Amino acid sequence: MHQQTIKQLQQGLRAKAFSATELTQHYLTRINKLDSQLNSFITITDELALKQAAAADKTLAAGGDLHALCGIPIAHKDIFCTEGIRTSCGSKMLDNFIAPYNASIIENFNGAGAITLGKTNMDEFAMGSSNETSFYGPVKNPWDTARVPGGSSGGSAASVAAFLAPAATASDTGGSIRQPAALCGLTGLKPTYGAVSRFGMIAFASSLDQAGPMARTAEDAAILMNTLAGFDEKDSTSMPREKEDYTAKLNDSLKGLRIGLPKEFFSDDLDNDIAKLVNNAVKELEKAGAIIKEISLPNSEYSVPAYYVIAPAEASANLQRFDGVRYGHRCDNPHDLMDMYCRTRAEGFGDEVKRRILVGTYALSAGFYDAYYNQAQKIRRLIKNDFIAAFNDVDVILSPTSPSPAFKIGEKTNDPVQMYLEDIYTIAVNLAGLPALSVPCGLKDNLPVGLQLIGNAFDDARILNVAHQFQQLTDWHKKSANFATEL
Amino acid sequence: MSVSKDDIANVAKLARIHIDAEQSSTVTDGINEILSLVDKMQQADTANIKPLANPHDAVARLRADEVTAINERDKLMSNAPDADSGLFLVPKVIE
Repeated sequence: MHQQTIKQLQQGLRAKAFSATELTQHYLTRINKLDSQLNSFITITDELALKQAAAADKTLAAGGDLHALCGIPIAHKDIFCTEGIRTSCGSKMLDNFIAPYNASIIENFNGAGAITLGKTNMDEFAMGSSNETSFYGPVKNPWDTARVPGGSSGGSAASVAAFLAPAATASDTGGSIRQPAALCGLTGLKPTYGAVSRFGMIAFASSLDQAGPMARTAEDAAILMNTLAGFDEKDSTSMPREKEDYTAKLNDSLKGLRIGLPKEFFSDDLDNDIAKLVNNAVKELEKAGAIIKEISLPNSEYSVPAYYVIAPAEASANLQRFDGVRYGHRCDNPHDLMDMYCRTRAEGFGDEVKRRILVGTYALSAGFYDAYYNQAQKIRRLIKNDFIAAFNDVDVILSPTSPSPAFKIGEKTNDPVQMYLEDIYTIAVNLAGLPALSVPCGLKDNLPVGLQLIGNAFDDARILNVAHQFQQLTDWHKKSANFATEL
Repeated sequence: MSVSKDDIANVAKLARIHIDAEQSSTVTDGINEILSLVDKMQQADTANIKPLANPHDAVARLRADEVTAINERDKLMSNAPDADSGLFLVPKVIE
C-alpha cells in the first residue's frame, strides 16, 4: 500500500480494497519499525490517527460526496499548531508546548477527513538547509543515511521518501520545501505568498513564510493544494481570492508554453552533472511542444545577501515572543526579570537561531537600519522587477533547485555561509512572493537531483501542470529510496 | 562592515540573549562572516528604488471592530511556566 500515490490510495479506499484504519495502521507500523533509522518524526500521534481513521471509515462507508483526502494519512511539519499535541518547531524552547488550538491548515485537513500520523522533524524554527539544527537531532536521508535530507522541512521529506507517509505538509521561507524535496526525490511546492493561510504556523520571517505540500507526484501536490489553499480571515496576509481547483490544468498541453532559462542560474559555477540532468529535462519539455528561451534575472546575485538581512530581521522580531513568560521554556531560579529573559533565551534557542536573532537585531538597530534593512528591501524590489520583466516574455521559469545533491551529515555545519548558499536558486522566489516547485529530474551518484519551476504570482496551477506533464514523460519521480521494499 | 565583541555584547543585550564570555569570540566571528556575505548588497544600485516590504505590495487587511473571539483564557494559559488566578507570574519587578 505504501508505494501508492494519494490518487491511488483514494481509489483503493473507495473500492474497499483496504480501510482507512488498515491503511493508517500500516503506516504507523512502518513509522514505529523504521523511523529509528531516520529520525523523521518528533511526535507520533498513533492514538489520534486511529481515532481519525475510524471516523474516516464511517464517512467512507456512508459514501456520497467524499472529500479527496478522506481517509488519507498525512504527516505534518512540527511548525503547525496541533491542538492538544506538542508543537515544538524543532526547538528546546517549545519542547513542552502543547498547542491550545489548530493551525487553519490543520483544521482544513481534519475537516477533509485526513489522518494525522505525527509531527515531523525540522531545523529549529525552520532555520537551516540540512535539518541539523533541530533540538531533536539530525534527520537522515533515506537514499543514504549518512547524508542530510535537506532542510528545513527535512523530516517531512524523509518521511515521504521512506514511505512512512504518502505526503506531508511543510513550509518554505527560502527553500525549505523545494530543497529537501530535491534532495529526497520528491515533488514539493512553495505556493504563492498569501495563497495558503499562515494562521497557527509558527512564524520565522513573516513576509517570506509560506506553507505547502510535499508529495510523490505533482498530481498529489495539486490534490493537497485544494485543501491547503484558500482565503483565511485569521491571517492578515491571506489573499482574498475565489477558491481554485489546482488539479484543473494538470492535463493541459505544453504546446506553445514559453519556458525561460535564467542565464545567471546556468553559469559555469553550476555542477556539470546537474547541468546535464536539467538540460535533459529541458529537452523533454521542448519535445512536448514548449518553447525554450534564455532570460536574465540580473539582480539574482543579490538575493542571498538581501535574504540574510530580511529573514533574520523579521525573525528577531517574531522570536521576541519567546521570553519565558507565557509558554515554552523558562530558566531555573531567575534572580530578576532581565536575568529570566536572557538565560531563558540562551538556554532555549540553539546556536543557529541565536546567530540569526543577533544578525537581525543588529541590522535593525539604530544607525544601521538604512545600510542593511532598507537596502535589502530595495534590492527585494529590484529582484521582483526582474521577475516582472521576465514574465513579460515567458510563462514559466526553469532552473536547478539546489547546487548539489544531498551532502554528508556534518559536512557544512561549521560554515554557515556555505550552508546558506544551498538556497542560492530558491531564495529569490520567496523575496518576490512567487510560486515555485521542485520535481525530480535525475540521479547523480544514486542521489536525487531536483528541477525548479517558477511561476508568476498565483499561477501555481500552471507550474503544477508543467510538472505533471513532465512526470508523464519521465519516471524520475518513481525512483525510490531503499526503504520502499521493507515491510 | 564588521563588528567587535563589544558590539555583539550590546546587540545581545538588545536581543535579551545571554552570551557566555568564552563563547563571545566564536559568536562574533560567525556574525562577521554573515555580515561579509551581506556586504555585497552595497554594490547594488538602488537609487530611486522604493523598498518592498510585502511581496504583493499589499497592506495588512483590516477587519470590522467586532468581538469575535470567545473567552479561552484558561486554555491559552495552560502552557504558562508560572500562573495564578489568570495572571502570568514573573520574578519580582518592583521592590
